[in-house]
Amino acid sequence: MKRMLSKLVRGVTVTSMFSLLAGCNLVVIDPSGDIASQQSDLIIVSTILMLLIIVPVMALTVFFAWKYRQGNKDAEYDPEWHHSTKLEVVIWSAPLVIIIALGAITWVTTHTLDPYRPLDRIDAERPLAKDHKPMVVEVVSLDWKWLFFYPEQGIATINELAAPIDTPIQFKITSSGIMNSFFIPALAGQIYSMAGMETKLHAVINEEGVYDGFSGNYSGEGFSHMRFKFHGLSEEGFEDWVSKVKSDENFLGRSEYLELEKPSIDEPIHYFSSVDPELYGAILNMCVDQSKMCMNEMMAIDENGGGGLAGIYNVMSLTYDVPRMRGSQPLPESKSYVATLCTTPEGGFAGDLNALPLFDRVQASDRAMSFAPSGVSTGF
Amino acid sequence: MFSNPDLLHFIFGRLSLDSLPFHEPILVVTFAAVVLGGIAVLGGITYFRLWGYLWKEWITSIDHKKIGIMYIILALIMLLRGFSDAIMMRAQQAMAFGGSEGFLPPDHYDQIFTAHGVIMIFFVAMPLVTGLMNFVVPLQIGARDVAFPFLNNFSFWMTTSGAVLIMVSLFVGEFAKTGWLAYPPLSDIVYSPGVGVDYYIWALQIAGVGTLLSGVNLVVTIVKMRAPGMSMMKMPVFTWTALCTNVLIVAAFPVLTAVLVLLGLDRYADTNFFTNDLGGNAMMYINLIWIWGHPEVYILILPAFGVFSEVVSTFSRKRLFGYSSMVYATVVITILSYIVWLHHFFTMGSGASVNAFFGIATMIISIPTGAKIFNWMFTMYKGRISFDVPMLWTIGFMLTFVIGGMTGVMLAVPPADFVLHNSLFLIAHFHNVIIGGVVFGMFAGIVYWFPKAFGFKLDPFWGKMSFWLWLVGFYFAFMPLYVLGLMGITRRMSQFDDPSLQIWFVIAAFGALLIAGGIGSFILSIVVAVIKRDKLRDETGDPWGDGRTLEWSTSSPPPAYNFAFTPVVHDLDAWADMKKRGYVRPTEGFLDIHMPKNTGAGFILAALSLVLGFALVWHIWWLVIASFIALVVGAIAHTFNYDRDYHIPASEVVETEDERTALLAKQQA
Repeated sequence: MKRMLSKLVRGVTVTSMFSLLAGCNLVVIDPSGDIASQQSDLIIVSTILMLLIIVPVMALTVFFAWKYRQGNKDAEYDPEWHHSTKLEVVIWSAPLVIIIALGAITWVTTHTLDPYRPLDRIDAERPLAKDHKPMVVEVVSLDWKWLFFYPEQGIATINELAAPIDTPIQFKITSSGIMNSFFIPALAGQIYSMAGMETKLHAVINEEGVYDGFSGNYSGEGFSHMRFKFHGLSEEGFEDWVSKVKSDENFLGRSEYLELEKPSIDEPIHYFSSVDPELYGAILNMCVDQSKMCMNEMMAIDENGGGGLAGIYNVMSLTYDVPRMRGSQPLPESKSYVATLCTTPEGGFAGDLNALPLFDRVQASDRAMSFAPSGVSTGF
Repeated sequence: MFSNPDLLHFIFGRLSLDSLPFHEPILVVTFAAVVLGGIAVLGGITYFRLWGYLWKEWITSIDHKKIGIMYIILALIMLLRGFSDAIMMRAQQAMAFGGSEGFLPPDHYDQIFTAHGVIMIFFVAMPLVTGLMNFVVPLQIGARDVAFPFLNNFSFWMTTSGAVLIMVSLFVGEFAKTGWLAYPPLSDIVYSPGVGVDYYIWALQIAGVGTLLSGVNLVVTIVKMRAPGMSMMKMPVFTWTALCTNVLIVAAFPVLTAVLVLLGLDRYADTNFFTNDLGGNAMMYINLIWIWGHPEVYILILPAFGVFSEVVSTFSRKRLFGYSSMVYATVVITILSYIVWLHHFFTMGSGASVNAFFGIATMIISIPTGAKIFNWMFTMYKGRISFDVPMLWTIGFMLTFVIGGMTGVMLAVPPADFVLHNSLFLIAHFHNVIIGGVVFGMFAGIVYWFPKAFGFKLDPFWGKMSFWLWLVGFYFAFMPLYVLGLMGITRRMSQFDDPSLQIWFVIAAFGALLIAGGIGSFILSIVVAVIKRDKLRDETGDPWGDGRTLEWSTSSPPPAYNFAFTPVVHDLDAWADMKKRGYVRPTEGFLDIHMPKNTGAGFILAALSLVLGFALVWHIWWLVIASFIALVVGAIAHTFNYDRDYHIPASEVVETEDERTALLAKQQA
């Protein structure tokens, strides 16, 4: 019932807005994915709820201002009238009622439309089984382009995304450095991409078409061009697209990624026919450069109580924002203060580890990890 | 000698001739204009021998009225800077379509939108609010000055030093390219190695000291220095909102200071609070900055609410409807403003329950705010409304602000926010509440209290022009942004692909031009008023005829001591009550009045802070050490200055008051 009502209202609103706005594309109000349409319903429902109180307020303001204007001597004038308990009750309870209604809607929809929550329907008419398996896409924001991995297809692309319609998709999202926001308005709401962390988004596209995707969070010089097209394709169309991507031999491994990661603006579309399966995990854990310790390993060490004093001898392998990748902009020459305090001379610690105070408290396995010479695998 | 790079580096730090932006024609022209204008102003001051007057009467003044006026002058000057940034952005976005780069490369454009945000919030809105409170609050509570008059002067000059440091960044080096809240990792040294973010940090740190101290000052003033009889529930509403705002300042600004210290340490001392390295986490910064940032918006809007309350009751010639519910609403907003910060980043991946909690908490704020709107509305009911300029701003506010409130509640619904966050819809929303609320409120306040400050009203014709141009300009400038937001267009873009969007940006740019007309008209209303000041003169001290609070009981402009006798308050709207009960102004029995003495210490300490900030930005370490030592020594030395007060002799008070008696008699005759 609510659904029908909101559909009707949406129809009316969209039509009137469309005629008003002479056919411009209000993608947020009229999207093509089920999640985004529910979000659009919510915008419309909350607008209407609030208009219930805002329209009378605006009308009364104008009416009072006009009626009690100085020139109108017929209007009643009562300079001492300043209190009315009945009115006060109305004044406080009218907004309260609306906010209770909107608050309830908010509580429910925030949970049902939580981007981390697996989908339970393809659209209003087609529910999904609880144990369905969504198609996984791993998203990495680079400066300033988007890298998409398709682990099930074994391919990757830069600045182009495709998915079959009516198929639930799970996006896993991270960043190479700067925070961005992964946003395809026609599909679903946005979520930030942050280095060393993974955010998730579940969504489905219901109509074939080509949609805009971009970063919703300012990330520096090339931000305006950090855009891509999202193709909603039929099953066959998607298979064709995958074979198109696979048609050119082009491998994406760690070294290729390190090259790709360097800042670039207005990057053209790239296709990678095959991908190092560990690469996304390594990006997420910030250890594509194999001299770096992976975040998940560091966290495992920390979970076991840390490496004691020994643990601080290899902290330089925890510095990820490698300056040389930043291109033209030089860093101040000397790392000073804290970093120096925690750094050993080039070549790492050479003395007798067991002679260090506290070191014997560290488990042998952790020790092996924290002094891993190179090429620690990510365990992904 | 000058070819020795080490020595040069020692003397100038990172500063070199390359730091001057000769390659930016826009900046070179601006710089030339500023230099010429500066020379003209300085020459004029010298020619008319005004240096001594400025130093004695203004720069060193600890009179809360003069400091209030100086805050507002600072804000209006910075408004011109912030607004020229706005015009450039609107022009750029209206031009940069279909492969055209527009006239601003991203490097420059990114500095402009950052500077626009920083300047408008910290150096326009904040000084307007602080200036108005400084001027009005002591007068409204029947006090002769604020609790700590020297601190007040120091606060003002610290704020000014921050503003000057930002202005310096225009011509020496660059400003931040990070957006107005400088989110890491983008603002970390790795991604922003230039001086821009350092300018940002130190300008805000210096100005922040001023803001925090003035907050402490006004809280103490309101709590301790009210006239006898003025219990908390007899305080004028503007004073109530000022109290709540300053409580918010005292509680929130230390968070900003702390978070900027941490960011500074990341940049200067290689710590890793917010970096991607060594377990740092930018999400902490984003939380902390908004724990300051959300109360900040209420710091700005509450005093505007106070102004509207005063204005609507004065010009409806009627008591304010629902005084106590107004007060409770203000207090509730003050408290709630601390538990909503997370709504600025629903999209950072918090769980659904956390997001829902903060979303609903945000909506709850709209209840007391809504109650306030109703109260203003029912104040007009059964009133006799005259549409003087402050009242026009107030009605314009009531109609505009509710739209901004509505879109604000929409953004508070987390799933809706996922599609609206960071879009131009958001930009339209916060300009809707900041322009429709804070700016309209501050203009209403300035026009309302201007005759109190200077003894004559602002020119009403140009005042009305200013209002209409601002109001219409606002709708032209920001309604298209709502539409663009619903079309999925995000903020901070310097160029666009889709040519069908261009028309909306052109409309918005047209709106910005109308607003430019509004600003121009406002300046004209001051200029014309100065020229026609004899016609617009107020000799009664109560220029609107129905002033209700104590500031209208004294002369316009008030004497240095504000009130010859401290008034005794019996009722809310003390002056209206006094008039009703046939108050007779005392004409004899005057005593010596104890007053604080001017001091140059605040100006000197703030100037040293400016040098310190500049040296820190450019890594000129010898100057950092020197100016820091000078700052500490100067501050300690000032504590040994025992020559801090003086008495206005009774004879002088008699003279001033007799003059006023004569004026009032002439009025009545």
